[in-house]
Order: sequence, then C-alpha cells, then structure tokens
Amino acid sequence: MINFDRFQLDNGLKVIVHKDVSTPIVAVNILYDVGARDEDPDKTGFAHLFEHLMFGGSVNIPKYDTPLEEAGGENNAFTNNDITNYYLTIPKQNLELAFWLESDRMLDLAFSKKSLEVQRHVVIEEFKQSYLNQPYGDVWLLLRPLAYRVHPYQWPTIGKKIEHIQNATIEDVRAFYRKYYNPNNAILTVSGNVDTKEIEILSNKWFGPIQPGDANNRNLPKEPTQTEERILEVKRNVPFDSIYKTYHMCKRTDHAYHAIDLLSDILSNGDSSRMYRSLVKEKKLFSEFHAYITGDLDEGLFVFTGKLVKGVKIADADNAINDEIEKIISKPIHEEELKKVKNKIESSLEFSEIGVLNKAINLTYAELLGNADLVNHEKELYQAVTVEEMLTTARELFRKTNCTNLYYYAN
Amino acid sequence: MRIDMTGLNRKIAPKTGFVDNISFIDPEKAELNNGIPVYIFNSEEQDLVKIEFLFRAGSWYQEKPLVARITNKMLKEGTRHFTSHEIAEKIDYYGAHLNMSTDKDMGYVSLYTLNKHLEPTLEILAEVIKHPVFPENEFNRIIQNRKQKFIVSNEKVRFIAKRKFDELIFGSQNPYGKTYEVEDFDKLNTADLAEFHRLHYRLSDCRVLVSGKVMNRHVDLLNKFFNGEPVGNSDNHAEPADNTISSNNRMFHIVKNDALQSAIRMGKVMFNKTHPDYTKLKILNTVLGGYFGSRLMTNIREEKGYTYGIGSALVSLHHSGYFFIASEVGADVTQDASNEIYHEIRKLQEEKIPEKELDLVRNYMLGAILRNLDGAFARSDNFKEILEYGLNYSYYKNFIEVIRSITAAELRDLAQKYLDRESLYELRVGK
Repeated sequence: MINFDRFQLDNGLKVIVHKDVSTPIVAVNILYDVGARDEDPDKTGFAHLFEHLMFGGSVNIPKYDTPLEEAGGENNAFTNNDITNYYLTIPKQNLELAFWLESDRMLDLAFSKKSLEVQRHVVIEEFKQSYLNQPYGDVWLLLRPLAYRVHPYQWPTIGKKIEHIQNATIEDVRAFYRKYYNPNNAILTVSGNVDTKEIEILSNKWFGPIQPGDANNRNLPKEPTQTEERILEVKRNVPFDSIYKTYHMCKRTDHAYHAIDLLSDILSNGDSSRMYRSLVKEKKLFSEFHAYITGDLDEGLFVFTGKLVKGVKIADADNAINDEIEKIISKPIHEEELKKVKNKIESSLEFSEIGVLNKAINLTYAELLGNADLVNHEKELYQAVTVEEMLTTARELFRKTNCTNLYYYAN
Repeated sequence: MRIDMTGLNRKIAPKTGFVDNISFIDPEKAELNNGIPVYIFNSEEQDLVKIEFLFRAGSWYQEKPLVARITNKMLKEGTRHFTSHEIAEKIDYYGAHLNMSTDKDMGYVSLYTLNKHLEPTLEILAEVIKHPVFPENEFNRIIQNRKQKFIVSNEKVRFIAKRKFDELIFGSQNPYGKTYEVEDFDKLNTADLAEFHRLHYRLSDCRVLVSGKVMNRHVDLLNKFFNGEPVGNSDNHAEPADNTISSNNRMFHIVKNDALQSAIRMGKVMFNKTHPDYTKLKILNTVLGGYFGSRLMTNIREEKGYTYGIGSALVSLHHSGYFFIASEVGADVTQDASNEIYHEIRKLQEEKIPEKELDLVRNYMLGAILRNLDGAFARSDNFKEILEYGLNYSYYKNFIEVIRSITAAELRDLAQKYLDRESLYELRVGK
C-alpha cells in the first residue's frame, strides 16, 4: 500500500506526494505526456533527441547536471513511444534545488546550436550502438512498420532512420518543446521524508509562475484491424536463425490488459512456464525464447521472440510455437496454473515498490493512466481474472489474421 | 521566452549544504546452530525478504574455463530430491525468484520471496545449495544454449574488448586473466561441476545476508533447512597462485571490419580496497570518468559527440584490483577519442583540479554513499562489498574522511604515480 496526497496547480501541473520517513533520500520524478508516437512521421526520433537536449541548459541555468551533482544528487531520464520521464534523487536537505532545476527547464530551454550539434552526434552513436552495430539490432526497425501500417508505433523511439536525427533543425526542436513541455502536460511526484504542505509551497513557488500551454489534444490514427497474416523474411550476417511473432493487443487501460499480461506469464515467465519448458527444455528447438507484451498506452503488441538452436529449421520451430498457441486457445488452463501466475504478479508488484524512486515512478505512471491510486489496486485487477476470461481473451488475441511474422535467417 | 511574473530570482540556486550525517547501522549478526554467520538488514516496509548465500566460488578458483559460472547456473537444474522442472514449478508457484550469479571471486545464490511463502521456498534454496546433481541432459542443453549466446555476444565489440582486456592486463597465467573461447564449452563435463561444487560451495565456508522484513522465524527456518552440516576446516580452501605476467606489448588491436563503432578499453592492474591509496584513487577516478559530469564524459561525449557513453572504474578484487576506461566510439573517430583520453589523463598529472570541481566531486560521492545506504537491500549490497575483505563500516567512515580532506595536490601526485601513460594498456576492437 502506497499512501499519497495529490493536488493540482492553477497552471494544470499535477503533483503527487508520498511520505516515506525511512530514508534520507528524496526522489523527484517528472513525466511529460509526450513520446515517439507524437512525432511527425518525417521527423522521427525527436522525443528522444529532445530528452538529451533537456540537459543542455535552461534559461537561467547553464548546465543542468553540475548544480545537482554539487548537491549530492543524481539523475537520469528515459523516453519511450508514449512518455518522456525525468527522475532524480537528492539528499532531503537539498530538495529545493531539485525544484529550481526542474522548474527552470520547464520554464524555458536555452540550449545552444552547439549543444544540438553535439547531442545529434551522441544520439547517432546511440543509434549505432543499440540498433546497427550488433547482431539482430535492426529487428524492431523491421518489425514495427510491418505490424503497424498507420499508427505511429510503426517507428522505434530512436527514430526510423539516422537521417531524421541528422536533419533536425533548431526550429523543429523548439516547436516540439513549445508544444509539449508545459505544466498542463506534466505530472510531478515527490517521494521521501516530506510533508504535503512543504511540497505545495515549493511547487507553487517554483512551478506556479509557469504559464500553461495549449491543451495537447492527441488525435493519432487508429491502427485498423489486421485482416491477414503478415510475413517478412530477411537474411542477415548473424550466427543463428531467429523468429519474431507479434499479435495486436488492447490498450494498457483496457479491461483485457490484465488477462493478456497473465497469458504472457503462463507462456513464458519463469522456468516452469509452458513455452520455456516445451520449446527450450524438452524439444530443444530454441536456445532462448520469450513471450511478453509491450503494454503501450495505445493498442500494443503481444510478442514472441526466439533464437533457434543450430540445425533446427525455422518451419519446425514455428510449428512448435503454433502448437502451444493452439493449446492455449483450445482448452481452458488449469486453476492452479492461473494461481501460479497470479502469485508471481503479486510478488513482482511487491518487489517493484522497494525504494522511493520506484514508488515515485510507479505513482506518476498510474496517474497518467488515470489515477495514481491504481498502484494500490493493480493486484486486485489481476486477481479478478478468471479461467474463462483467459480462454476468450486468448482466442480473440491469437487469431491467425492478427499475426505478423519476421523470419530472420543467418547468412 | 515565457515570463515569470513573480519576480522570483531564478538565477540564484537555492542554498544547499554538504551531505552530512551519513549513518551506518551495523547489521544484526546471528549464527546458525552449525556456526554459519548470518547478517540481517531489517526494514519495516514490504513483507518480503531476500536471502543471499555467498561462497568463495568465483572464476579465480576454477581449473578449467567456465566451470565456476556453469556450476552456479546449474545448481537449480536438478537436485537429489527434485528434478529441474519440480524446482522451477515450486519456485514459480510461490511467486519467488532464485538468482544465481558469479564474479571473479564469488558465487552467489539468492532467494527473493514474499514472507508468507518463506518456508517452502527456503526448502528449495537449501536443496539447490546442498544437493545439486548436475543431470547430463540439462547440462547438454545449457552448454548448447550458453555456447550460442556466447557466439552472438562475440559479435559485439564491447563484449570482445571486455573479455580480452583481462587477459591483456593480468596475463593468461593469472586466474583473473584466463579467458575462454568457444571450444571451452565442449571441454566441460558434469564431473567438473560436481567437483567444483564439492570444493567451493561448502556450508563450512559461506556467509548469509538476509534483508527485508526479517523476524526470528527466518533464523529458525534457516536452522531447520541448513542444519547438520559440519562447520570448520574453512582454512583449507585452496588458493591458486597469483602469477601476474602481463603482456609486454601495451597496444592491441582486434580487427572487426564490419564494425560501425570501435570499442576502446584502457587500463592496468592496481590493488584492492585494503591498499591505503585505494579510496584516494577512487576519488581521482570519479573526477576522470566516474560520473556523468566527469572529464571524460564532458570532453568526449558532451563536447565532441564521439560516443554515447564513456566511463572509468577502479575495481577491487580479493587478490588484486584494476583500473579501466571503456567506451564505444564512432569508427572514424577512434584515434581522436584515444588521443583525448590520454589528454585528460595528462591534464590530471600536470594541473591541480580546481577547488570548485573538487568540491562538486566530494559532494557527489557523499551523495552516492548516502544513496547506497537507502533501504535494506542496498545496505546489504553495500555491506557485501566490504565483508569479504575483513573490513567493517570504519572503511566507509574513513572513506568519507578522505573524500572531505583530500587535496588537489595529492590527487595530482596520485595521477602521476598511478596513471603514467607508459604503464597503461590500450585495446581497440573494430576497424
């Protein structure tokens, strides 16, 4: 159970406060409701490039990191298809410094042409390091546009291609900032040995004066229902064949989400899961195999990935995956098996609440989903899923026409 | 620019203070009936626990490559009383997690569980530690899959550099420098693992760290499942000889023609945290490459954009230690990046670090120590870092004193003493 208070400033900034007296460290988490899905299809990779620029200096503070490090703090950030999230931890006594830093970069950025040039290079090196300079690195560059024909999930957070990063202009970047980095498009969470009153005063002092921006009315194209199976075969200079298979699933906030998450656990979470046991341990078709969900805010993907054991044919490995899918859509799972994955979820939820920073990030994300209090009810939502629901959900999900396959052959 | 109407002066940072009052709470120490020492880190938060067994079973002790790691991974693949599948089924059913890992010195076996499932999961933990049988069919599968994983990783410049660097600095005769190749996977057999387990996973020579919400019941149950094993004779633990013969050639290049980036790794053998200069060198390392605002990051990432990341570290090992700098840089700027790294080292040798920068590093490091004490799991991990060296919290207290009092002149002298260019190895993997 995570207790919290919540209030909103006049400019629309939502603030959540969680008190934890056990630690001298305070976590400050700030989420901007913008991700790669909000990008122009011809200017992808911006949300993430922007995350880098947020450290390049704001209107009154030449360098973000220096004062924070001086105060014994540490920070980082991440961007995904849905959100951009910045977080820091700092000794309690220096907390106000975090408000000064975060409010200034929400007020206005002052990054230079040079800092754009440098971060452009840094991001291109990141692109190479994560997507190009390693075996199987381009999988998501291939798979996303195959699974998504219209929705912006068709490109990864890093961007469609290096050229988009190369061509970004300072005007593009400023316009992106103006549109999304506003108090009414953000959620701030503070967690540590703090009082709500104290956080209200600090929030009003530092964030209160920032003018709100225009409402961010997102109107993204909805991905049409897939009507036929898709297949892409590629040959690459990699050591082993591999298979990637995706199925379109619901939104993070839809009712079916929890049943689908449990399905992925039944199939591949833990050494006793069905597909690990049958495909890796018994039939020895794959050297590694995973099933997981992307859990995106818009309609996401259920994903199977596996690397084949040397000598196994892709067709045989693929058939074995389909056999397991056939089993789960033809027969209800056993009550005990469902209980097992529910126990696992309960445990991982508990372990995910360790530390002020985790709690701050969880609360913020739940608030974005609609209500920070969801962190305290997630367990019940999983517990409520029935064997019958698992069956109907699996049948709806694992339709042949909903499937996208990438067969990745070794040269 | 947006206007701030309140007249708040945002140019001036709110007042901050030096990090002080870092308090170290000693763990509670218990002893099982058979003498196994147990260190307890309590927190009143979630009703869960982590129980970690520490064995001197790292790669230092192995006679054949990979034995330490595969033995550790295979502990849960079948025991005297349970098959691999039964173990997996029980652990998963209770939502628990068994984590196995090794490093150069140690082998670790940890259980993460909700307290309400403590008893049945602890029973499994005891089984995998005490009675693994290393079944042949599971062994063959694991070797096959690990070998494939190795082949994939070995396509990555960073992985190659990391593996080969140890051999370069320690020499292939030193247990820390012995690396492994793909054919070593085929030279192992289950008898090697059983023998390694017998010699190195001994209850007579282990320690237990328990963190989370811990009650008397935890110690009672540990006594129940780990009883009866004789304790003592821990001093006949054979230590291999430390034969550090490093290569004479200090510059190495492994060619990988299709690489878009080159991995660079530089460094040398140093010493461990029992050496009087260790903590001081730790501070020098932080200035050079130990945090986001470090000189290497500032120059090579933030000024030049050559890399996504660059860092340096001073690593303590039970029988030695080493210092290294690592990065992956664009293939076309490899030489430039290397030059800049040497340039930053030279600056540390020639110029005193400005007071402002040194104060920043002092407070950053004190903040990091504070963060490392945040919560029972963190306290346990932190304690683990000193336990095997026979040190206690006075090590950290002294460290804090050194952070507060070290001078720029001392750090410059240290850079001259330990970071002489002629003494550093450099390895590049790429075009």
